[in-house]
Amino acid sequence: MIRNSYFINVIRFVLLILVQVLIFNKLNFFGYINPMVYILFLYWYPIKKKRPAFLLTSFLLGFAVDLFSDTVALHAAATVTIAYLRPTIMRFCFGVNYEFQSFKLTNTTRAQQFTFLALLIIIHHLVFFTIEIFSFANTLLILKKTMFFSMATLILCLLLSSLFSVKKE
Amino acid sequence: MQQIINFILRYKNFLLYLVLLAISLALTIQSHSYHQSKFFNSSNWLTGNIYKTTSNITTYFGLGEENRKLVEENKRLRTILFNQKTKDTITIDTSNIHYKVIASQVIKNSYGLPRNYITINKGSKHGIGPDMGVITVNGILGIIENTSKNFATVQSILNTRSRINAKIKNTNHYGSLIWNQKDFNTVQLTDIERLVPVKIGDTVVTGASSSIFPENIPIGTIKSFELINTQNAYSIDIKLFNDMSSIKSIYVIDNTQREEIKQLEAKTNNDPQ
Repeated sequence: MIRNSYFINVIRFVLLILVQVLIFNKLNFFGYINPMVYILFLYWYPIKKKRPAFLLTSFLLGFAVDLFSDTVALHAAATVTIAYLRPTIMRFCFGVNYEFQSFKLTNTTRAQQFTFLALLIIIHHLVFFTIEIFSFANTLLILKKTMFFSMATLILCLLLSSLFSVKKE
Repeated sequence: MQQIINFILRYKNFLLYLVLLAISLALTIQSHSYHQSKFFNSSNWLTGNIYKTTSNITTYFGLGEENRKLVEENKRLRTILFNQKTKDTITIDTSNIHYKVIASQVIKNSYGLPRNYITINKGSKHGIGPDMGVITVNGILGIIENTSKNFATVQSILNTRSRINAKIKNTNHYGSLIWNQKDFNTVQLTDIERLVPVKIGDTVVTGASSSIFPENIPIGTIKSFELINTQNAYSIDIKLFNDMSSIKSIYVIDNTQREEIKQLEAKTNNDPQ
């Protein structure tokens, strides 16, 4: 069972990077919007895993996407941040329930899952564009980009997660 | 001592997060002020080969269009060749060649970020090195930034760090070409003095004072301009000849005299007056 979930995560890791880099980085909606669907990895990642391993995996995930898109370590910084904040976000979305042993993502309501995913995406994009643009003079641009990108990412992540919904975990 | 260890153990997640964040921030900030990182770019073996494989598949869908462009260029070059008054034989003296041209293909294009890099499928093995100019059939594209054995990354003109010497055709007024991130088919020419007659529709070409590009390579046409009073200079919007969103065949230009020019410049700058 443990080996199984480990295996699934490795495949997910590789597939999400490839899908992100080879398909979604070339979309350019309205000239510049490229949804970042690899965030789904953090959404799907098992809850009862050790946190240091989770942080390191997230860093590697972000860094791999960075390598492909020539952005040095922007994705890595943003992904590590949401990986660190994930327990806090989960407590906020699912309440105390999430600390129980029997907690499963599939047992929660649609609205809770949606809030969880949306918060992950918004925080990720906010960190990402703040570091990318890196000036307070352009705060409006940062917020604008965060908003448009978040909407695009959210829509695509919802579509993908309903396509590949995990029943067993 | 025990307390320190306890502290580390209790906050190990937070500390790990800080370390990872610090690594990524350090890399990013370093690349903001300097060049693209030498190791972490898409010209490395793994990313290069993945991009190459997918590009091998996707190029088939654009072959017709690509062919048409190349035939168009051949037509133009032949027209120039046939209409030139030449002697009976043309000899190419190899000692007189200043520019070498290497043909290559784009395997990864990007134009939506503030700092765009393009990856091409030729590298140091084919004689490509940093700071060589890259052009397409229609006009300039950028400058080589990093190379690996089989791949190279190009700093596109759509990069906030790009500064290319340019001038208005048939004049000798130079300015530098920058990009304000707004539109991927428009770049800006700055530092053109107010005395210069500027007209909408004029062609902008590369200038002579760069050792990277040969003179008079087309860039684009003037779309609009305004006078900035505080600087006594124009800010000019240029519509590029290239469609930056679909680029396939490119040429890398190697100036064989660049080393010599650079050495001379370095020596002149170091000389005490």
